[in-house]
Amino acid sequence: MREIPVSAISDALCEMCVSINHRLSPDMEKLIYSAREAEESPIGRMVLGKLCENLETAREETIPICQDTGMAVVFLDVGQDVHFTGGSIEDAVNEGVRRGYRDGYLRKSVVGDPLERKNTGDNTPAVIHYQIVKGDKVRITLAPKGFGSENMSKVFMLKPAQGIDGVKDAVISAIRDAGPNACPPMYVGVGIGGDFEKCALMAKRALTRSSDSLPANEKTAELEKELLGEANALGIGPAGLGGRVTVLKINIETYPTHIAGLPVAVNICCHVNRHIGREI
Amino acid sequence: MEKYISAPLTEECAKTLRAGDMVYISGVVYSARDAAHERMSKALDEGKPLPFDISGSIIYYLGPSPARPGRVIGSAGPTTASRMDKYTPRLIDMGLIGMIGKGKRTKEVKDAIKRRGAVYFAAIGGAGALLSKCITAAETIAYEDLGTEAIRKLTVKDLPVIVLIDSDGTDLYETEPPKYAKKP
Repeated sequence: MREIPVSAISDALCEMCVSINHRLSPDMEKLIYSAREAEESPIGRMVLGKLCENLETAREETIPICQDTGMAVVFLDVGQDVHFTGGSIEDAVNEGVRRGYRDGYLRKSVVGDPLERKNTGDNTPAVIHYQIVKGDKVRITLAPKGFGSENMSKVFMLKPAQGIDGVKDAVISAIRDAGPNACPPMYVGVGIGGDFEKCALMAKRALTRSSDSLPANEKTAELEKELLGEANALGIGPAGLGGRVTVLKINIETYPTHIAGLPVAVNICCHVNRHIGREI
Repeated sequence: MEKYISAPLTEECAKTLRAGDMVYISGVVYSARDAAHERMSKALDEGKPLPFDISGSIIYYLGPSPARPGRVIGSAGPTTASRMDKYTPRLIDMGLIGMIGKGKRTKEVKDAIKRRGAVYFAAIGGAGALLSKCITAAETIAYEDLGTEAIRKLTVKDLPVIVLIDSDGTDLYETEPPKYAKKP
């Protein structure tokens, strides 16, 4: 059994919130810079040029990349030999987010009751997903999620007979409907299988997978590539003003499902796809 | 075409702007998003005045991140305009002439834009750090309790935007993407 004080989780998250809102992960930066080279439309190239310039300004002058610094989505992969000490882990996560958003001058975008809609003033609570894994370490993944794109995300409960074509139609229709609202070029996370909530969670988690890593198997990798080609034939382009680069990358996760179902979730993210990990 | 305009905006000037024009705005614009629009709508229902003179004004759909000490504002890019569509035709009929945001608008908003000779501009979504550099002054003028959603009077210098829907109702989102769409 390894003891980890919950304050270590707070400290890590505080630093991660500030860091990722000012500088994207290297895989994301690389994608956006190469998109600028690949785009054919003049207005699309202009937009991508501005996005590159924006990344530089954010980094050099410590201004958040986007004013929507997101709702903090936190994945905690907790080793089963870990014992947390010094308080509640949930409180510790929220304390880290609270400090990060306050000290980092990040936007407070969370309302308490979804119908009363009063801002909580500190960007908490976070959305926390726990998973128990082997070992004695804790893996923290933070993905602050903007809602311009989140609002365009969808879950489809397909019938098994709809098969692979149904899955492709679902993903492409979600991207088409998202259009200019989701700040293209988009990054798309897809979950196929599981059940209603499992596919949505996989789609979210897929957004945090580095764009230069490969999915679980070759077949999924091919599907990612094929869907990317189809998405970029839509013509939506950067900022929705027409062009070849509508989607930067599609990441897919899959899971076994029920004989009666084929759930598909499409989590749309904009080009500011923030994800950062730390191991304690 | 590239055009330099000043805000507040005159009807004559708005009519010269064409979908696709790259426009640099200098002058005063007001930030307002979801919650501020709801409050303005409620104020009007109750016969109360709006917190600023809407006639000839430009609203920037924006909720900025907080300013660091010594700075005017934090990151300041556009939010999705469609969430304000419900409130917009009424404001346009009262004299609102320009909107800065991103994303598609409803038919009701487009009709109001055409009817009153207004204009809808796009600022680049997700370029908030860069866009913040064009804001030279920011003052909260209403609904301070809403935090980022309060109404701010913003002084801007050469804020870069693109005309999305012009006073004739031409919509860049309808004309441009089909040119790059590939038939399967």
